[in-house]
Amino acid sequence: MTRRPILLAMLDGKGAIFLGVLAALAVLVPLSNLFLPETSPLHVPTYAVSLLGKYLSYALLALALDLVWGYCGILSLGHGAFFALGGYAMGMYLMRQIGPRGVYGHPVLPDFMVFLNWQELPWYWSGFDIFPFAALMVLAVPGLLAFVFGWLAFRSRVTGVYLSIITQAMTFALMLAFFRNDMGLGGNNGLTDFKDILGFSVQAQGTRLALFVATVIALALGYGVARYMVTSTYGKVLVAIRDAESRTRFLGYRVEHYKLVAFTVSAMMAGVAGALYVPQVGIINPSEFSPANSIEAVVWVAVGGRGTLVGAALGAVVVNMAKSWLTGALPELWLFALGALFIVVTLYLPKGIVGTLAEWREKRQATATAKPAGIAAEAAE
Amino acid sequence: MTSPTLTNTVLYLDGVSVTFDGFRAINNLSLAIAPGEMRAIIGPNGAGKTTMMDIITGKTRPDEGEVFFGGMIDLTMLDEAEIATLGIGRKFQKPTVFESHTVADNIRLALAGARSPFSALFGARNRIAGERIDAILSTVRLTEHRGRLAADLSHGQKQWLEIGMLLAQDPKLLLVDEPVAGMTDAETAETAHLLKEIAREHSVVVVEHDMAFVRDLGCKVTVLHEGSVLAEGSIDAVSANERVIEVYLGR
Ligand SMILES: Nc1ncnc2c1ncn2[C@@H]1O[C@H](COP(=O)(O)OP(=O)(O)OP(=O)(O)O)[C@@H](O)[C@H]1O
Ligand SMILES: [Mg+2]
Repeated sequence: MTRRPILLAMLDGKGAIFLGVLAALAVLVPLSNLFLPETSPLHVPTYAVSLLGKYLSYALLALALDLVWGYCGILSLGHGAFFALGGYAMGMYLMRQIGPRGVYGHPVLPDFMVFLNWQELPWYWSGFDIFPFAALMVLAVPGLLAFVFGWLAFRSRVTGVYLSIITQAMTFALMLAFFRNDMGLGGNNGLTDFKDILGFSVQAQGTRLALFVATVIALALGYGVARYMVTSTYGKVLVAIRDAESRTRFLGYRVEHYKLVAFTVSAMMAGVAGALYVPQVGIINPSEFSPANSIEAVVWVAVGGRGTLVGAALGAVVVNMAKSWLTGALPELWLFALGALFIVVTLYLPKGIVGTLAEWREKRQATATAKPAGIAAEAAE
Repeated sequence: MTSPTLTNTVLYLDGVSVTFDGFRAINNLSLAIAPGEMRAIIGPNGAGKTTMMDIITGKTRPDEGEVFFGGMIDLTMLDEAEIATLGIGRKFQKPTVFESHTVADNIRLALAGARSPFSALFGARNRIAGERIDAILSTVRLTEHRGRLAADLSHGQKQWLEIGMLLAQDPKLLLVDEPVAGMTDAETAETAHLLKEIAREHSVVVVEHDMAFVRDLGCKVTVLHEGSVLAEGSIDAVSANERVIEVYLGR
């Protein structure tokens, strides 16, 4: 087979729609924000641009989770940790950009270190004033944690609910660690009061638009990477592992290596999502590690449709829009609503929104054409 | 017939034992399979037939004893993937195929070739694979089903698909656990025919309860009981063996 059909095969109908929507968002949202009068119903105010950017960073986290859960059956209940680590790496860069403009006016030390009477920057803060280094850490820190964690877990063949529990324990342990002041990462309050990113004020309208567009691009790239992976032979092996792990081993595949690659790539994607999230919401604190956050991400993926990538992204946006609306209207109800949503989806919509739509379409096609669906699937190959 | 020595066997087990929570599932088991040989293994439920395959394929580590492949490779030191790569293929007792993949993809994943995540991610797909897949599908009589999802196959067809995956692996030794369980008589006869065909080029070990099927295979039979060999010989010889009748056939 030549290269072209593979690239074409990579982009199915829903993928094309997804990328089309992203491209439209990247163009139309900034245009509307900049050029439509504020009175226009189509005007997107700047705060809404950042809110949308936040949803899209969640969408990237959901996509990362779907890669491991939907395609390889690894139900990670700790992906929020990778997201938060990416966020902290970005937060550290943003703190260093504050320079002497902090409340205490110290030329180097962030305010919280001055407050704790620290005399100098801890070693692990060095380099974070340089953007390329921080960007590298956004990928490297979550990636390395996932690699080490995955190496130990997959080699010992920890699977199923046990794996879910230890991922949950991992994020919980990190939360406790990050709460401590002597971690040197801001303790309770985390990192905030950011001023500049790459020399532009994080509050400025132009910066906010740029961050939004960067998030859209990251989501599209993340989708491209994930889609490439799942449509390659590698992806077929992942699904094989999900369906029948020991069968895959007896065919000679090193299951632990396959899982490790997916888990590490997924963690890095989650890290990027966190890094884009932080400048748009203006703060990162240890509560981002909270186990509930990781579980919420699982609900997004379940709602949108596990093993569809596009569905995961859609689920993240839909659920978070509902959350923003509900926490505004009836804040105490949100957690109940989330629980109910999960139960309803598990019972009545096990394939999620996108999975169910795809199933309907397949059924329609199967009845429309006399051909069995299998032949069509084979021909599409 | 000369007694088998380590060097002229494809598979050699000697004094193998394994204990699960104090229960000896395999007890001082010795067995030798010659290159190109087909061997049937029979025995009552719980005799240790599946456990024996688990030991050979690296799923279970024996507590003691030797397991050698091709006369020189110590299988007790290797894991499942390494053993599979060496050339031992296995069909599970409960048919196990990749349900969300098409029949053709099931075979494609089993085809001998590179197995690393890196090559699976970046390797080019080759055209020769298609022809191999066609050939295997026609051998296991699944050509018309190549585009269907494995989940939609009948039980018997899944059994055949799994045998097809074994062929695609092109192993030197095939371990086939209860291939005709749940098959109709016609399917059973066809499977016997298929296995005999396969045995022309491979060493095959077949575990089965169906005595008519074992007779059809027309090969040497080993009777396993309580984790060790009770009798060995032609089907007629073991069928006439009093101990065998007592513990297995007579029930
Ligand atoms: N992993 C395990 N842990 C505990 N006991 C086991 C394990 N595997 C097998 N056994 C026990 O070892 C004995 C042998 O089981 P095995 O599955 O090998 O029998 P078998 O000959 O294949 O039987 P069948 O004809 O029913 O398939 C059984 O009593 C079984 O319960
Ligand atoms: Mg058995």
